[in-house]
Amino acid sequence: MHIVICIKQVPDSAQIRVHPVTNTIMRQGVPTIINPYDLFALEEALGLRDSHGGEVTVLTMGPPMAEDALRKALTYGADRAVLLTDRYFAGSDTLATSFALSHAIAKIGESFGTPDIVFTGKQTIDGDTAQVGPGIAKRLDLLQLTYVAKIASIDLNAREITVERRSEGGTQTLKSKLPCLVTMLEGTNEIRRGSLDDALRAARSQIVKWSAADAGIEDLTKCGLRGSPTVVKRVFAPPERAEKAEQIDTTEKTPRDLADELIAGIFSRQPGLENELAFNGGA
Amino acid sequence: MKKGLPAHFKDYRHVWVFIELERGHVHPVSFELLGEGRKLADKLGVQLAGVVLGPPGEATWFAIAEAFAYGADLAYIVETPLLADYRNEPFTKALTDLVATHKPEILLLGATTLGRDLAGSVATTLLTGLTADCTELDVDADGSLAATRPTFGGSLLCTIYTLNCRPQMATVRPRVMAMPQRGNNQVGRVVQHEVPMVEEEIVTKVLGFLSDGQSAKANLAYADVVVAGGLGLGAAENLKLVKNLARAIGAEYGCSRPLVQKGWMPADRQIGQTGKTIRPKLYIAAGISGAIQHRVGVEGADLIIAINTDRNAPIFDFAHLGAVTDAIRFLPSLTELFTHRLSPHSRDKLAN
Ligand SMILES: Cc1cc2nc3c(=O)[nH]c(=O)nc-3n(C[C@H](O)[C@H](O)[C@H](O)COP(=O)(O)OP(=O)(O)OC[C@H]3O[C@@H](n4cnc5c(N)ncnc54)[C@H](O)[C@@H]3O)c2cc1C
Repeated sequence: MHIVICIKQVPDSAQIRVHPVTNTIMRQGVPTIINPYDLFALEEALGLRDSHGGEVTVLTMGPPMAEDALRKALTYGADRAVLLTDRYFAGSDTLATSFALSHAIAKIGESFGTPDIVFTGKQTIDGDTAQVGPGIAKRLDLLQLTYVAKIASIDLNAREITVERRSEGGTQTLKSKLPCLVTMLEGTNEIRRGSLDDALRAARSQIVKWSAADAGIEDLTKCGLRGSPTVVKRVFAPPERAEKAEQIDTTEKTPRDLADELIAGIFSRQPGLENELAFNGGA
Repeated sequence: MKKGLPAHFKDYRHVWVFIELERGHVHPVSFELLGEGRKLADKLGVQLAGVVLGPPGEATWFAIAEAFAYGADLAYIVETPLLADYRNEPFTKALTDLVATHKPEILLLGATTLGRDLAGSVATTLLTGLTADCTELDVDADGSLAATRPTFGGSLLCTIYTLNCRPQMATVRPRVMAMPQRGNNQVGRVVQHEVPMVEEEIVTKVLGFLSDGQSAKANLAYADVVVAGGLGLGAAENLKLVKNLARAIGAEYGCSRPLVQKGWMPADRQIGQTGKTIRPKLYIAAGISGAIQHRVGVEGADLIIAINTDRNAPIFDFAHLGAVTDAIRFLPSLTELFTHRLSPHSRDKLAN
C-alpha cells in the first residue's frame, strides 16, 4: 500500500507577536512546527503501513526551509519525503495550493507508485481553512472523507475503506473505495517517538526536491498569487474594547461577600437573567 | 475591483445561503447566515435565496418554510433520496449544478463539518475563491464581497476579496453572526431543480450514524449561559468546581485549550478559535488568561465575567466584570450563593 501524506510547516502561532505600530507579524525567531493536525494524520498513515505493509511518502509545499519539517517526519518513520518548492508558488491561496499539491501527488504516483490513500490534517493552525484537503480530492478526482476520527478497516483486496467521521451532533460510519483522500481529526492517536534507526536514516536521507516544472506543472498562471482568486486586501489588528472590565475590589472580603457582590453585579447588568437562571438551575 | 470581472460572470446575481439540513434538522447557523445574507442582498439590491438539498419529505419542505421565515425571498431545492444523509459526492454535484444553472453572485455556507466539506469541493469544482471562517461580511462601494476573517491564530484580521471569479464563496462558523428575528412569512417562490444522479454512481455509503444525543457536545455553542475553566484551576479534579457552578445555574461548561491537551476535558468542550464559538448571555471564565485564541471564541457573549488571580491578565481587557481572586477558593462560595439566591424558597421570601 502506498500512502501519501501532505504536511505543512507552520509558525508556532502561540509565539507570534504583532508589531504594535505597523500591524505586521514579527516572524523573527518564531519557531516552526509541523502543523499539529498533520501529525495525527502521519501517525495514522504510519500505523496503516505497519499493519498492511507498503510505504509512506510525505509531501510538503513550502520554502526551502520546509525541509526541516520533512526531516522531522522521516524521523517519525516516513519512508520518503518530497519538497515542492518554487518561487511561483508564493502567495498561493487554497485553490492554488490544491492545484500545486495535486500535481505533485500525481507525479509521486508516476514516480513511486499510485497512492491508495492521501492523508491531510483536518486543517492547518495558521490558515485554519480546512479547504486544501477537499481541494486536492476534487482535483485528483479522489473520494473524500473528511473529519475522520478513526479508520475502522481497510480491505486491500476489495479496495474498500470504512471510517468513522465526525459530523454535527454525531459520528457517521462511511464505507468507501480506495483510492481516497482522508483528513484526520485531532487527538485520535498517540504520536510515536521515532526509533533510533529512523533518526539515523532521516539524517542520511535525500529529500526529493521538485520545482513546478519537475512536478509537471505547465500552466504557471494557476500557481501562487496569479492562480489565487482570493486576495488579501487589508490586514489589521482586532479593535480594542473601549472599556476594560470593572474589577471588584477584593481586599478584606470573604469569598461570600465577594460572591454576593459579583452576583449583584451580574444581575444589575442583565436583570432578565435572574428568572432564567432560577428556571434552568438544577439546584 | 469588479471592473475586471470577465463578461461571462456579469450575469451572476443574488445572494444564496446554503440551508444545512442533516437528518431532518436545519442547523441554526443557516438562519444566522440568512440574517447576514439579507443585509448583503439589500445593499446590493438583489434577492436572497435559501438553497435546500434534501430527501423528499416534510423535513425538507419545513426547511424551506423556515428559510422564508428568516428572510429569504426565494428558495432553490434539489429533492432526492440520495441527499438523505450527508455525503460529499451527491451534495457537491447538486450544489455545483444549481450554481452553474442559476448563477449566484455570493454563496454562503456554515463552517460546520458538513459546510466545510462541501464548500471546499464546490469551490474547487467551480474554480472560484472561498474565504473560510469569516467574522464579518460586507459589500464595498463597487459591489464586491469584503470578507473579514482572523489570521495568524486570531492575532490579526484580514479582509479578503474574490477577484474575477463567481460566485464569491464564504463560510462562517456557528454563533459568529447574531441570530436574526424570525418573521411570520413561511411562503415564497420555490425553484425546483433536478439533478440526474442515481445511487449506483455514488461510491460512498453510509453504514450508520451514532448520535451524540442530548449531550452537551451539540449544545455548548448555543447555550445561553456558559461557565468555563482554564489552567488556573491547577488540577483536573478542580474542574468539578466549574461543573458544580454550571449545574447550579443551568449552564453548559467548557474550557480553554490546554485542558483539552492535558486530557482533562474532551475536545468538543474547548472554546475558542480552534474550538467552539459561543454567544451566551452570560459567560463566566475561571482561571483563564484570555489569550487571543480564546477571546475570539467568546467575544460575542453579552456579559463576560472573569475570575483570575492576576489583575493584569488579558481577559480583563474584554470582560465586563471581574473578581481578582483565587478561583479554587472562590467558586464554591459563588456556587453556594447563586444556589441560595435562585432557590424558590429565597425568591418567595423576596417576593413577600
Ligand atoms: C493555533 C492555536 C490555536 C489555539 N486555539 C485555542 C482555543 O481555541 N481556545 C483556547 O482557549 N486557547 C487556544 N489556544 C491557546 C491559547 O493561546 C492559550 O494558550 C490558552 O487559551 C491559555 O489557556 P489558559 O488561559 O487556561 O491558561 P494560561 O494561559 O496558563 O492562564 C491561566 C490563567 O489562570 C490564572 N490563574 C492561575 N491560578 C489561578 C487561580 N487559582 N485562580 C484564578 N486564576 C488563576 C492566571 O493568572 C492565568 O491568567 C490556541 C493556541 C494556538 C497556537
